[in-house]
Amino acid sequence: MNDLAIKAKGVTHKFGDFTAVDQVDLSIPKQKIYGFLGPNGSGKSTMMRMLTGLLSITAGSIEVLGMQLPKDAEALRLRIGYMTQKFSLYDDLTIYENLNFMAKIYNIPKNNIHKRIQSQLNTYALDRCYKQLAGSLSGGQRQRLALAAATLHQPELLFLDEPTSAVDPENRRNFWETLFDLCDQGTTILVSTHYMDEAERCHALAILEAGKKRADGSPKQLMTDMSAHTIEIDGSNLREISKKLGLLPDVLSVAQQGAYLRVLVSNKIKNVEQWLQQQQPELLRGRNINVVRPSLEDVFVYSTKEGRQ
Amino acid sequence: MAIMQSFQRIYAILLKEFLQLSRDRITFGMVVMIPLIQLLLFGYAINTDVRHLPVALVDYSNSSISRNMVAVIEASQIAKITRRETTIQQAEAALNNGLVKAIVVIPKDVEKRLQDGMVASQVIIDGSDTMTSSLIARIGSIPRQIIQGYSNVAGNKLFEVSFFYNPEKRTAVNIIPALAGIILTMTLIMFTAIALVREREHGNMELLITTPVLSIEIMIGKIIPYIIAGLVQVTIILTLGYFIFDVPINGSVVQIFFATLLFIAASLTLGLIISTAAVTQMQAMQMTVFVLLPSILLSGFMFPFEGMPKPFQWLAEVLPATHYMRLMRGIVLRGSEVAYMLKDAISLLLFSILGMLLAAYRFKKTLD
Repeated sequence: MNDLAIKAKGVTHKFGDFTAVDQVDLSIPKQKIYGFLGPNGSGKSTMMRMLTGLLSITAGSIEVLGMQLPKDAEALRLRIGYMTQKFSLYDDLTIYENLNFMAKIYNIPKNNIHKRIQSQLNTYALDRCYKQLAGSLSGGQRQRLALAAATLHQPELLFLDEPTSAVDPENRRNFWETLFDLCDQGTTILVSTHYMDEAERCHALAILEAGKKRADGSPKQLMTDMSAHTIEIDGSNLREISKKLGLLPDVLSVAQQGAYLRVLVSNKIKNVEQWLQQQQPELLRGRNINVVRPSLEDVFVYSTKEGRQ
Repeated sequence: MAIMQSFQRIYAILLKEFLQLSRDRITFGMVVMIPLIQLLLFGYAINTDVRHLPVALVDYSNSSISRNMVAVIEASQIAKITRRETTIQQAEAALNNGLVKAIVVIPKDVEKRLQDGMVASQVIIDGSDTMTSSLIARIGSIPRQIIQGYSNVAGNKLFEVSFFYNPEKRTAVNIIPALAGIILTMTLIMFTAIALVREREHGNMELLITTPVLSIEIMIGKIIPYIIAGLVQVTIILTLGYFIFDVPINGSVVQIFFATLLFIAASLTLGLIISTAAVTQMQAMQMTVFVLLPSILLSGFMFPFEGMPKPFQWLAEVLPATHYMRLMRGIVLRGSEVAYMLKDAISLLLFSILGMLLAAYRFKKTLD
């Protein structure tokens, strides 16, 4: 039990009549990067806000770092860091002033503040522009500043709400390297995203959709456990095949990816290549039909099919 | 053709504006409420023809003639005797502390004076409020012939009128100390309301509330800079008033700043309350205007407080500006002190405490 950073049971949040998060259970281990993967409006941010004590819980129970929410919400704030989806530091303060402000809010001892800020500026490559106003920074710099601010007080648990939605791939890659450094130093990280490649980097993740948890586990485990076949079909006239196959009840999803179609077929079907040929003999004659390794996107599409229907 | 396309684009924009307006409930409400409430409020409340102004009487004669004179004043409906004092000093204190607008002094030898055709008595008027003072000054035109038994005696006036505090009856003297209240109401309420709403609009609040900072700490930290801003504003207003408009500063500066601090506290808490209700900066500004208009029109700044019907007077008593106007006019123009106008000082203090409690209650550290 002690190696869990977050334990949630039956967590529900309602905005009026609308249920944003519905009966979610979570067990998030310490010193791991745990992801919330889900489309927009799936309840990722609501879930995260409940775990930080920002939103009340309509039903269920949450224990974060051994503390009960919402009872211990105030005491918990010293031990967690939170990076909001939207940049929420002050545009009209410089990088240094923003960090200095946050350091004082977190009561970092006065004689440590400068040293701590310097170390953060170095870690997050902001040392050369520390006098620049936050409002004039690039997307990547803003993101690094936000992370520097969220980790300034060395929290045990870090919440990142869609942290890389406004940055380029290179910055994103570097950002993730930094997250693994933090994790290595003992920080538990909870990150929400709708990017598959990002989710794939997490040690473990939960797939959320329409406020419900559809699946959870390590990315590899999720891909192995998926109860559907992933098929690739090549050739021309793919749009027509896509429409025809899409009508079959055992075909869970069809999507074109460049020069081939990616088809998810229920694993009730045995010998799936042959089955497909039988469904559309004329259209599929002479094409390559291959069973391939599922990607996380396939897992995602499979797990969230219920909500889409 | 190009014109038609232009019309279509204008139509698209105006339709979108209406849609947005109809979804912004506070703005939409303000569009309707500002004219509706304010018109009804001011249409009924504002009355420049004030009657029954409060006056203190010092009757040294205590005779049937003096009683006759008092009856004449009250019958004129200009003033109403609200206090009877035994000495002129007591009456002056009441005038000084704003309890009455004038003093009627009837001398011991009033009967002889009437017979000899001399000025029979004196009316001392608080000249710091130019509007009410000119209304009371009409007592001076009551003819002596109205007193029974003297209808045939010619001679001097029945009431000699003189003005305390603002003998030249300059409007600026009355307006400037009170203007401080209006300027502070306008700027401070808006500053605080907007400062907090801006943090919420920019998303700063979402970050702040995940930190150990408490609601009350955010509020205190936000308020202190504006307290200083308010004191700077009052200093500018009174310095300019003194040097350019010759406004006499009769009271002590410490008293002025003390009263101002009380008022700033009340205005800032009002700003905080607004910030807990407004979602956008625009809404915060509209709500400020909603408070500002009655502060200008009902507080006694422009129109005499005594002229308003009782329910409007009660409403005006809720506004911090009303109390501050009284305190400032009292201290600056009549040299009074906060201690002598405790009712106003306590009202401001009470407003601040209750307002702060309400704001802290409404300002939740969650996003629900």
